[in-house]
Amino acid sequence: MATATPTQQQASRRKAPTGYRDDTRLALLFILPALIGFSVFMIWPTLRGIYLSFTKFNLLTPPKFNGLDNYIRMVQDPVFWNALKVTLYYVALNIGLQTVLALVIAVMMQRLTQKTWLRGIVLTPYLVSNVVAAMVFLWILDYQLGIGNTILAGLGFDRLPFLSSDTWVIPTIALINVWRHVGYTALLIFAGLQMIPETVYEAGKIDGASEVRMFRSITIPLLRPILSLVLIITVVGSFQVFDTVAIATRGGPVDSSRVLQFYIYDVAFGRFQFGYASAMSVALLAVLVVITFVQYRLTRAESSDLA
Amino acid sequence: MTTDTTPQVATIAPTTTVRHAAPKEPRSFNPGRALAWAFMILVILVSLFPFYWMLRTALSSNNALYAGSHSLLPVQASAGGFERVFGLQTGQEAIDAGGAGQAINFWRYLFNSVVVSTLITVGQVFFSAMAAYAFARLQWKHREKVFAFFLAGLMIPAIFTLLPNFVLIKQLGLVDTLLGIALPTMFMTPFAVFFLRQFFLGISREVEEAALMDGASKVRVFFRLILPMSVAPITTLAILTYIASWNEYFWALMVSYTDKSRVLTVALGVFKSQTPQTGPDWSGLMAATLVAALPMLVLFMLFAKRIVNSIGFSGIK
Repeated sequence: MATATPTQQQASRRKAPTGYRDDTRLALLFILPALIGFSVFMIWPTLRGIYLSFTKFNLLTPPKFNGLDNYIRMVQDPVFWNALKVTLYYVALNIGLQTVLALVIAVMMQRLTQKTWLRGIVLTPYLVSNVVAAMVFLWILDYQLGIGNTILAGLGFDRLPFLSSDTWVIPTIALINVWRHVGYTALLIFAGLQMIPETVYEAGKIDGASEVRMFRSITIPLLRPILSLVLIITVVGSFQVFDTVAIATRGGPVDSSRVLQFYIYDVAFGRFQFGYASAMSVALLAVLVVITFVQYRLTRAESSDLA
Repeated sequence: MTTDTTPQVATIAPTTTVRHAAPKEPRSFNPGRALAWAFMILVILVSLFPFYWMLRTALSSNNALYAGSHSLLPVQASAGGFERVFGLQTGQEAIDAGGAGQAINFWRYLFNSVVVSTLITVGQVFFSAMAAYAFARLQWKHREKVFAFFLAGLMIPAIFTLLPNFVLIKQLGLVDTLLGIALPTMFMTPFAVFFLRQFFLGISREVEEAALMDGASKVRVFFRLILPMSVAPITTLAILTYIASWNEYFWALMVSYTDKSRVLTVALGVFKSQTPQTGPDWSGLMAATLVAALPMLVLFMLFAKRIVNSIGFSGIK
């Protein structure tokens, strides 16, 4: 901190009682590391990613500008469209299930018991990595030996080839990630529920409203802004699914779980086509921005009914 | 990136306590409540069962798993799975037990994970705190504009910067190094800056003014006053950052190629790909999975209350 000393001395010499002095030099010093990190590892890569999407780049030789070639290739690439479709299907299943479940869990945690231990247990799966979650469910859902299939068989159902059939693989991956994230989402919603004044429920009770009725007419409308923020956060996260696929299926069977992120990784690190991979990243970013914007508008996230 | 939303803002709240608004009410039995409890118990079971199953499988001997797939207890209890993970079995013993026969360098991966997560957490929290202080308390031109610029960073999904960041790390010659893995998130995240700034803004100005009147410098105020007063939110942020960096897979997978920089998540993936495809070494795999998950579970047990209560909203009025 030796470098800062002259600045402070100057600053303290001009002692103004209200603290309205100019700290520009000190401030610069204080934000410098963050500013470097922000510019070098966020802004620069964002711009560079967009630039690389207009080039042919194999990492070994310098990128060569090739105009819209990557985008033209993308539009004509059936694997890309399939990956986009698979990703959207995954997000719809993952978010749909997770949001409904999280909402129910959050409401129950609020209405049954607000004890920390319960919230702790519900959050536990979130503490382990996606890799760990993928590994344990790969085992639990193993066709012959997995306890999941053993239970199904024991109950008289057919065994399910969860991760090795093209119809089940995406729902299964969606479920695995619901397992890991539902507690976190529930806690976010729970925090939102805490903002609804208890008096509203008391009034409802006096009017003789049932729990279900109160859920529909009080909880949901008052929770709407929170719910829509939760949706925006989780949808953006859900689109970036990669780990589970990389560990459990590697995109298979055939291309049925080749989500966009995994395809991008494959193109970049399997075939060293960084330009094309960047173009697909830009497409994914565009999809995310549009979806976030639409969600924001549709759910009127900015306005609250509580005010 | 020009939308007017700041979605990721709302992940953790600066306060460490949640209001418990509900007053105690006399509870009588009713079927709705019983049903609700039954549902919650199911949720608890589903949340925790996989952890038990890791343990149960890890403590079974691998070859016996085939006959005992329905047993809820370890089958032919054995520490073989853990021995393979820690490299205590010879190659031949491991192969006989259904393992891959290759030693996995668990302690090395654990060390790597600890180094990477520590570098990221210490750097990110400290540098973000410095920036947050500059945004919350120092007087300088364009302060609000620069802060708005930082906030815009919340809109950039991490995934988008990964490829170009990899190119950069490669140009810096940091591929396959621990520093290479840590570097991009070591300086700041927009969220950390935002979160700490919110907290610093809430600290009473009077204490600070008094210290300044006594001739303390602003640097001194930051280190001796602001940081100690913010131990709670800083710890919360640090724990959450540590967990997130410990669990990171995609970025670490890109950067690390050899044992030199392999962290636990990546090592687990490699271990999985080495196990025989027909008849995997499930007991070894589950031992490795459990061992990789354990540090965060322990951390969670120590700080459960703080972590649980920290999840909420800070970005909305």
